[in-house]
Amino acid sequence: MNEQTSGQIDEGGAPSVSDQEVGKQVRLGVDKPLRLDCGVELANYSVAYQSYGELNADKTNAILVCHALSGDQFVSGINPVTGKEGWWDLVIGPGKLIDTNRFYVICPNILGGCMGTIGPKEINPETGQPWGLDFPVITVSDMVRVQALLLDHLGIKKLFCALGGSMGGMQVLEWAAAYPERVFAAVPIATAPHHSAQNIAFHETGRQAIMADPDWHSGNYLNHDSRPHRGLAIARMIAHITYLSEPALQNKFGRRLQDRDAISFGFDADFQVESYLRHQGSTFVDRFDANSYLYITRAMDYFDLAERHGGGVLAEAFRGVDTRFCVISFTSDWLYQTAESRAIVKALNAVAANVSFAEIESDKGHDAFLLEEPEFWKVLSGFIEGAAERYGLVGT
Amino acid sequence: MMTDTQKRAIRVDLQLIAEMVEPGSRLLDVGCGDGALLDYLHHDKQVDGRGIELSAEGVNACVSAGLSVIQGDADQDLDDYPDQAFDYVVLGQTLQATREPHNVLANLVRIGKRAVLSFPNFGYWRVRTGLLFGGKMPRTNSLSYDWYDTPNIHFCTIRDFVNLCGKMGITIERGIALDHKGGERGIGSGMRFANLIGEQAVFLLRKS
Repeated sequence: MNEQTSGQIDEGGAPSVSDQEVGKQVRLGVDKPLRLDCGVELANYSVAYQSYGELNADKTNAILVCHALSGDQFVSGINPVTGKEGWWDLVIGPGKLIDTNRFYVICPNILGGCMGTIGPKEINPETGQPWGLDFPVITVSDMVRVQALLLDHLGIKKLFCALGGSMGGMQVLEWAAAYPERVFAAVPIATAPHHSAQNIAFHETGRQAIMADPDWHSGNYLNHDSRPHRGLAIARMIAHITYLSEPALQNKFGRRLQDRDAISFGFDADFQVESYLRHQGSTFVDRFDANSYLYITRAMDYFDLAERHGGGVLAEAFRGVDTRFCVISFTSDWLYQTAESRAIVKALNAVAANVSFAEIESDKGHDAFLLEEPEFWKVLSGFIEGAAERYGLVGT
Repeated sequence: MMTDTQKRAIRVDLQLIAEMVEPGSRLLDVGCGDGALLDYLHHDKQVDGRGIELSAEGVNACVSAGLSVIQGDADQDLDDYPDQAFDYVVLGQTLQATREPHNVLANLVRIGKRAVLSFPNFGYWRVRTGLLFGGKMPRTNSLSYDWYDTPNIHFCTIRDFVNLCGKMGITIERGIALDHKGGERGIGSGMRFANLIGEQAVFLLRKS
């Protein structure tokens, strides 16, 4: 069945938990359980991560990369699950902008993820069954707390830099607000200090699509040997539109037809853009767990840095923070607009924090941070270089 | 060790501003352009510097060079900063391009323990004679635009500026007029002459 031109979304092969390659994995919370924001305690849970490069003797060259909603720990090199390049392979690797010959880059799979870190598809030790909707609702703060515990485990007291885009940027902001003494430099990219009504609205639509799929079985699909592929694929299709811009879609597809010379007077994927979105949806379901998608989007909706760390005032969340910030946005990103980044910059200025801010001209929309953007790379590289010099990390 | 000839070359008014800044201080450069002053102060005076720049090219060049600079505007974004957040706030050749120079000036001495600024002097003799004899809007080295494309919308003379400082209760710690060759002349008792030969002026200010 060719998912690109078929009238329905391909159901795909069900991903198997056990044989999935997750890279490095540790168990945390063995001695002391982690108390989540919702009040539930998690004990003896797994955290998967990838690392690239070598930690230096002083353990001062660590860069934490925080992945976005649909990302994972395979940031560089070939992702063993997809067989494709890691999601930021353009930027991170030996001799690249973030040079792993020089820096120790670590990227953990987030709490609630589905790539080896504890999440709703893992087995609940109390029942011997997959967690499903019994998994506690998590927050971005919870994700960052788990990352901090992972760094404790690895003996890394302070990060040279934390960086990430989108939800990864939210984690970076949370890091700076919650653990300022552990982050020398922070790069929140294409992100926001809280989720807007529009952000929540799009996520809710995606979640409803998943929950409307009969194969979702009230979140208990793993016990029914089924997967809500259609719902998850639709959620991904909706989200994917928000990651692009109108001109990007127009330039890439226009009204061009897919493998045909004329419209079919039917509901096949006549247009290339339809085929593209169906493909995006169907490849996503092969690697992503639907319940994970619910939990992670919920965590993003709950994210509100000012509320959590500043008593409602964003600037207060950054008071006393010594971290060097570089805030970056993209002109055509309508999901997390420049105004959101400006709000972060305004708040940082209000406490005279050390901040750089650049808005990059791009027509690629929110996804610009993952793509080839020379101006963005120049800014990012200059910031990291300048920060490394001031942190006493001598170039090689 | 760097010799004098190897030193980064910066504009003559920026050189004078840099001389007024104590090593190791905290400084905000408003309208920092390509970051020449910030870069110079970081390397030569270990200054902890920040910048605000209007143009995206300027900002990207600065951040790419490792400087802490944000995209912003002297008229709009200075209100965000807390009182006395910096040892110095610098405004180099930008006052005349702001919409509300008096509000910008008030912010400079509020945010900084000291403010350092430079501006082109409209009282310079070539400006006066250009208008008097040529009957045209003057163009000099520091006023190189045509009247229709200039970003400079609020010109003043050295005397105007000193009067405004007096009116706003701002103390002038130092005032220097720079002639067209970069020669310095103190502004104080010799105001009339300084206002005539000064192509531009540099002031060190604080709130009284």
